[in-house]
Amino acid sequence: MNIVACLKQVPGTTEVKIDPKTNTLIRQGIENIINPFDTYALEEAVRLKDKHGGKVTVVTMGPPQADAALREAISLGADEALLLSDRAFAGADTWATAFTLSRAIVKLEKIDLVICGRQTIDGDTGQVGPEMAEMLTMPFVAYVSRIEEIKEAYLRVSRMTEEGHETIEATLPAVITVAKEINVPRVPSLRGIMRSKSAKILTWGIQELGVDKDSVGLAGSSTQVIKIFFPQRIHKAEIFSGDLEKQADALIDRLKSARIC
Amino acid sequence: MSEPGIKVNPDECIGCGNCTSACPFGLIEIVRGKAVIKEGCTFCGACKEACGYYAITIETPEKAAAPEKASGVWVFAEQRGGAIKGVSFELLCRGRELADNLKTELVAICFGNNVQGADRLIAHGANKVYLVDSPDLADNPEDHLTYKLVEMVREYRPEIVLAGATALGRAFIPRVAAILNTGLTADCTGLDIDAEKRLLLQTRPTFGGNIMATIICPNKRPQMATVRPRVFKKGNPDNNRKGQILKIDFKKDGFTARTKLLNFIEDVTERVKLEDAEIIVSGGRGMGKPENFKLIAELAEALGAAVGASRAAVDEGWIPYSHQVGQTGKTVCPRLYIACGISGAIQHLAGMQTSDVIVAINDDPNAPIFQVATYGIVGDLFQVIPMLIKKLKQE
Repeated sequence: MNIVACLKQVPGTTEVKIDPKTNTLIRQGIENIINPFDTYALEEAVRLKDKHGGKVTVVTMGPPQADAALREAISLGADEALLLSDRAFAGADTWATAFTLSRAIVKLEKIDLVICGRQTIDGDTGQVGPEMAEMLTMPFVAYVSRIEEIKEAYLRVSRMTEEGHETIEATLPAVITVAKEINVPRVPSLRGIMRSKSAKILTWGIQELGVDKDSVGLAGSSTQVIKIFFPQRIHKAEIFSGDLEKQADALIDRLKSARIC
Repeated sequence: MSEPGIKVNPDECIGCGNCTSACPFGLIEIVRGKAVIKEGCTFCGACKEACGYYAITIETPEKAAAPEKASGVWVFAEQRGGAIKGVSFELLCRGRELADNLKTELVAICFGNNVQGADRLIAHGANKVYLVDSPDLADNPEDHLTYKLVEMVREYRPEIVLAGATALGRAFIPRVAAILNTGLTADCTGLDIDAEKRLLLQTRPTFGGNIMATIICPNKRPQMATVRPRVFKKGNPDNNRKGQILKIDFKKDGFTARTKLLNFIEDVTERVKLEDAEIIVSGGRGMGKPENFKLIAELAEALGAAVGASRAAVDEGWIPYSHQVGQTGKTVCPRLYIACGISGAIQHLAGMQTSDVIVAINDDPNAPIFQVATYGIVGDLFQVIPMLIKKLKQE
């Protein structure tokens, strides 16, 4: 099986702090990591390869520094790595990102399965996987929590919805996004780390992809950010007073006016 | 015109650093006396505004204007097993206001089999319902939904399409947007209208809820967004409201389905998943003993909430680890988090402090949980919780 795992390099946002004076993100000391959800995609790809043979190619779009994420992916079992990097790719929304990734994937040797994380932890959209599936004209299944069976022409998966678990069959090649319930990612092996240091990372820009610069990056994006602001955080709690019943009434009243209950 | 993107003119930049502190993403550095913009820029323009020297320029690519023909606000009215989901009514309520603002019609699009109460979509604000009812649409087959919605958008040309950011909406709406080659904003928590430019102003949290971004789709139609459930109010139905229900044919022969639902197992063990819960009631060391967690469960039941716990309560063996909220447990961001008998160690706060509304119930007024709380009740939780349960049941 030829499997592609898509990944994105993101700032480790669990540690994101806001500078209270300037109201801006503090980036100092925050390391770039592989988007945590994508590590499950990579792990599943490597497990499938171990079971069924074939190879795992990791693909990312990003600045030249994203090379580090790809090397880490190699240390975790990926065979080949492709970096899509070009100044023209900057400022891409989900459509332009999916388009760029899909143009790269069609250029690779016959792909059976594309695996993505369910969403990134910086953008949080979860849109690139399904958008890419349409651009590749492949079937799509979201939130996969288990791959039950995989055969020449189809795969059967279990996926999570709000109400429970669905078993879905899809023809191959296909695109899936995975939830973190699917596996426990491994830690890099010593051999993997050694290999990642010397591995060759293929880099493609718009020339290699053969795409028009108007269809990628900012130029290819239909959406536009017009304003950024910070959510108000109340730091002083409203402490209710009066007898117990009054306090309970006051609380329920606040929750009702905030349309919570 | 020069290349699209953001540029710093080195002749104008004096390296004052105003832009550095203005960039919400912390992406500008002063290198050898000049501003340098790093990768990850969203072109929001905050730096350009802050620069007193007109040294920063943002070139947006010239694009064809949006097609003028498009009109109408569409709401994808999600159903399951024939029953219309609550988020559909929330979207109609907000959609009505948006449509009024644009002086256009509000249309509900409903796909399903034996859909019950399509007239309720009108009572909740729709001028028109396009009802696509067929046995082939019983289990919300995403392939059929995708291609049929694309077909309908191409035929009727709405200017806005809204859908719930549910498992279904987040999976198939991006495919629709990809085919239509239009912009889509995920998981919005705010929607407004710029009536003059007929633009949908779509606001969403990003960076784990630390930053809010307002996004537009100026040159393509429809403008598409998924919206978080329970962000907008449902509104009261007006049963006198008049509207049309138009039945639209569905012939599956014209569509390829490459995915097939084989089986569905309803989750009964964990009624509400902690990470996805809209409301969480958590108990901590203050609960005293395992039996007392019944109180937490009862309050959760009354609110339709999931049950969480602090590490202390889990370490004591009062409740399984799967309920633990915090740095070594689950990170949650519900609309309402009620912390009962939880002092608020930093590790616990790390897992819940981005919740929209936090209620703390604790007998110690100096407990750190009150520093992140929106509302607090200082008192004996064995009296407070039963009182809340009683009041909620009276509602």
